[in-house]
Amino acid sequence: MNPLAAILIRDMRIAIRVGGGALMGVLFFLVVVTLVPFAVGPDLALLKRIGPAILWLAALLASLLALDRLFTADHEDGSLDLILMGRAPLELVVAMKGIAHWLTTGLPLIIAAPLIGLFLNLDPPAEAALALTLLVGTPALTFIGMIGAAIAVTLRRGGLLLAVIVLPLTVPVLIFGVAAANAAVVGPVPFGTPFTILCALTLASIVVGPFAAAAALRQEME
Amino acid sequence: MFSGLGFAVASGEALIVTGRNGAGKSSLLRMIIGFVQIAHGRIELEDGDPELTVAEQAHYLGHQDALKPSLSVSENLRFWAGFLDADRTDFRPELDAVGLNELADLPAAYLSAGQRRRLSIARLLAVKRPLWLLDEPTSTLDASAQERLVGFMHTHLKEGGIILAATHATLGLSGAKELRLDNIQPVAVEAAP
Amino acid sequence: MPVTDLANPTRFLALANRLIPWLGALTLIVFAYGIDRAMLAPDDYQQGATVKIMFLHVPSAWLGMLGWGVMTVAALGTLVWRHPLADVAAKAAAPIGAAFTLLCLVTGSLWGRPEWGTYWVWDARLTSELILLLLYLGVIAVWRTVEDPSRAARAVAVLTLVGAVDLPIIKFSVDWWNTLHQGSSVFRLGGSTIDPSILMPLFVMAIAFTLLFVTLQLAAMRNEILRRRVRTLRLMQASAVS
Repeated sequence: MNPLAAILIRDMRIAIRVGGGALMGVLFFLVVVTLVPFAVGPDLALLKRIGPAILWLAALLASLLALDRLFTADHEDGSLDLILMGRAPLELVVAMKGIAHWLTTGLPLIIAAPLIGLFLNLDPPAEAALALTLLVGTPALTFIGMIGAAIAVTLRRGGLLLAVIVLPLTVPVLIFGVAAANAAVVGPVPFGTPFTILCALTLASIVVGPFAAAAALRQEME
Repeated sequence: MFSGLGFAVASGEALIVTGRNGAGKSSLLRMIIGFVQIAHGRIELEDGDPELTVAEQAHYLGHQDALKPSLSVSENLRFWAGFLDADRTDFRPELDAVGLNELADLPAAYLSAGQRRRLSIARLLAVKRPLWLLDEPTSTLDASAQERLVGFMHTHLKEGGIILAATHATLGLSGAKELRLDNIQPVAVEAAP
Repeated sequence: MPVTDLANPTRFLALANRLIPWLGALTLIVFAYGIDRAMLAPDDYQQGATVKIMFLHVPSAWLGMLGWGVMTVAALGTLVWRHPLADVAAKAAAPIGAAFTLLCLVTGSLWGRPEWGTYWVWDARLTSELILLLLYLGVIAVWRTVEDPSRAARAVAVLTLVGAVDLPIIKFSVDWWNTLHQGSSVFRLGGSTIDPSILMPLFVMAIAFTLLFVTLQLAAMRNEILRRRVRTLRLMQASAVS
């Protein structure tokens, strides 16, 4: 079997079988969104306006949660040693792990987002735009996030460091994701402008992320 | 860590690395793989594949077993075999050889430490690589499992493989050379930042 | 049969196997009767037939809270009386209670949309019910994440007792705060304010829902006991092979 297919299948199997699987991220997503009206008040008009931003922030934080274990689990049980001794290029192996992470974390969020958008009184066009921007933007969150996950791999309390490193790097994705989601509902900027930039950010991160993460992993192993 | 260390191991030969705890047995193996920096000197696998690093032509049996508890015994083995470029998908003979065939579908979480070790050993049997780097390979194994392991090691040597094993135990591997790290000049290690 | 017999999982399984088919049949009968009565009940002069969602919405709200009540008693059983089947009961009740709570939220949302113009408002009653759903999901998450069932049981028991404070909040939220949700009309001091022609089908549906809960609870407990037996068998299998 192809080594890259092997690692993709393995990571997805583990993600589905262990703990709450994909649903934990969705639950966290829901909890964060529920907290917002307690903080800003229940005014539905306000919630509708900031809805896309809240959902993007919540999706970002939920994605971040699962990144913590992306490499540390393999490091802790000795799998990372053996992965480095395999003949498949580490950059591609890391990219496969990223794809598995997105399929099991990002995709459920995208499916849940429109339902959770109902709590924030979003209209159907806003829901559709939001789902589309999340679909295109969440891979960027995974592939940028993996850089922090690789840097923090040997650390016990790596979670906070990971967040501190990754969150600033994800700001452009957040800006253009929310801008695109809003542009579909409120003028005057056409949806296409921020959306194509979002696509570009994602494509760039899919290339840069694995290279940076692989380099960080090699450094950490010594 | 140490200096003035040199050795050669030929095809069909085994080198047993001994020394007290902390002498650097594990570090030596990890140096050969490339996980620990070598300040001066080099490691070479002569007549190996020039395109591949030493690590890519070696098997490593470390302290940990690299098993995922939520995957079954056979799923774990099939993953590593697939990842390390084996072209088969059925590894019943290897599982049988280590005595885990009856537990093939059991989640690895249920295995004892010795059974997990045996599953790791099955990995060495499932994928052919010339160099075996073994760190305390017999730890957690009972007497019969140890015998079986020595049998596998003999077979590997007969097929022209090379073994470096770091261990406290007596393996009973006939004709093996010994490298005592206690006799090697220790060198102060710069504190890592 | 003395209640203490129920502490034995094998005897419980035997009892459950006997009871579940009968309870299931009874549930179906009472549902049939209840739905029939509900269809015959008069329409609302404003909402028309939509008002009949109430016959699903109200009982599911009650059952959602009953589920947490069952979990609370089970939690005391785990922490205080150390009853062997207490954590099995708690684990079984969680998804069932969560499902009823979700049904309550969804039916309420669909019912309120025509009147309120939105699927959701953040008023006290709806929000506290949503919090109940989140508490349920949190408990389910703990059951699924913690490997050892008895450690999970103790953690869940504490969480359940703390979360029980949400139940009176839900009940009294319409009295304590200004809400969009209608006020108490069934269980209140001074008697119900609902006409008997609607109240009666409502109670029949409530009984049907309760029977459904009991049937599902027994079935879920049976499944959990069997699941634990599989786990034990696997452990034995691993240690049998040398």
